[in-house]
Amino acid sequence: MNESIPLLRVVDLHKSFGDLKVLKGVTFDVAPGERVAIIGPSGSGKSTCLRGINYLEPPTAGRIELDGVVIGQREVTPGIWRRMSDTELAPQRAEIGMVFQLFYLWPHLSARDNVALQPQKVGGQSRAEALELADAMLAKVQLSHKADEFPERLSGGQQQRVAIARALAQQPKLLLFDEPTSALDPELVGEVLNVIHALADEGRSMVLVTHEIGFAREVANRVLFMDDGLIAEEGGTSLLVNPKSDRLRQFLRQVNRQDGN
Amino acid sequence: MIESLSYPLGFVIPLLVAAGVTIKVSVGAFVLAILLGLVLASIRFFVPSPIVRIPIAIYVEIFRNVPSLTHLFIIFFGLAYMGVRLGSISAAVIGLGLIGAAMLADVFRAGFEAIHVGQREAGLAVGMSPRMVFRHIILPQTWRVTLPPIGNYAVQVIKDTSLVAAIAAPEIMFTARNLVVNTFETTLVYGIAAGLYLLICIPLSRAIRRLEQHMAIPR
Repeated sequence: MNESIPLLRVVDLHKSFGDLKVLKGVTFDVAPGERVAIIGPSGSGKSTCLRGINYLEPPTAGRIELDGVVIGQREVTPGIWRRMSDTELAPQRAEIGMVFQLFYLWPHLSARDNVALQPQKVGGQSRAEALELADAMLAKVQLSHKADEFPERLSGGQQQRVAIARALAQQPKLLLFDEPTSALDPELVGEVLNVIHALADEGRSMVLVTHEIGFAREVANRVLFMDDGLIAEEGGTSLLVNPKSDRLRQFLRQVNRQDGN
Repeated sequence: MIESLSYPLGFVIPLLVAAGVTIKVSVGAFVLAILLGLVLASIRFFVPSPIVRIPIAIYVEIFRNVPSLTHLFIIFFGLAYMGVRLGSISAAVIGLGLIGAAMLADVFRAGFEAIHVGQREAGLAVGMSPRMVFRHIILPQTWRVTLPPIGNYAVQVIKDTSLVAAIAAPEIMFTARNLVVNTFETTLVYGIAAGLYLLICIPLSRAIRRLEQHMAIPR
């Protein structure tokens, strides 16, 4: 794939909930293999922005393109775009893996079936193929020994790793992480970050909303700092050490203080 | 004929036959109630528009807030007056089924609502259509949540079939009353009737509890 063509384009994304403007025009690209971390104070719109990418939170205005294809909108007649239904959106969403803050594993299915459901029902694989893929993905997140367990018998860190395996089983072009470690007990954060780190090392494209500044610095190639519905500052991970704006400097100071140093 | 049979077999045999009718009406009403209740709740789930929601809400309210007997009389006598003549057993199945559907539609609605929105989002996010999400994620979890109220309803519908004696469906209570009128063996006949209800309902309750345990999510 040509490096100059972005994998993901987010163009002038707006989102309002009633009178509340959460996104006020967010624009950024993700190149193939690039890992973009979105940081910022709570309420700055970072999760809304991430959820806008796969239209779980349909934007009020703006455009998302994945591999040059517009997501969530269809041109009915030239120049007239209409929002797609969830059914129309399904094949597009299948190309984007998403990992949620609260995992959202399906409690009635074993870890293996949580991972195998998508390849079987959406990917059109046979049950045997889907299970084989699920086992391979669970091995990747070091949970082969928990394949038959049900989610409620797993620790938070294990559940999140199953959720990552589930996203990987989609064989997605892009992975979205929505604060994947914020709901975890501190001692379980490391195992999840290690898995994400390994995925980064494979060169997978990802957008990562996170509070873990240290981790963002290790894993991301690029950092977006969001504030009040806009990208206030963006650049390489050096931003996290040498912020240009006062606002980012202040934010980093606050985060560091919370980390208990 | 009854008098010619030896006592108390003369009571037991007609009551057993009547128990067959009770079971037939119960199963018919139960199946109708589950299917219609699930269809109504599913329509509400997929089409949030008031054009759909209001008629369903009206249906649910009418059937839940008017006594069952009134409905049975309307369906049996009211429809007959309008020229639609239903057999007493058909009227009983339809009447109890429609009443049960209103109740179960609400049970299923509550079941759907009890499932965290994140369950649906995770399904959509992996590329499932809303229909697939419903079938593979929402519905299997709804069964587990709604099984206890559905089980209660199953027992209730068996007891409620006694009401259809009033429209001359030859079930247990209708038959029992006829036997009492002919023999004045009040305690014995109604005692046998009660025993038959126990014989039907207790194993049913136990089977449902078994099913609940079997379907429980391991935790």
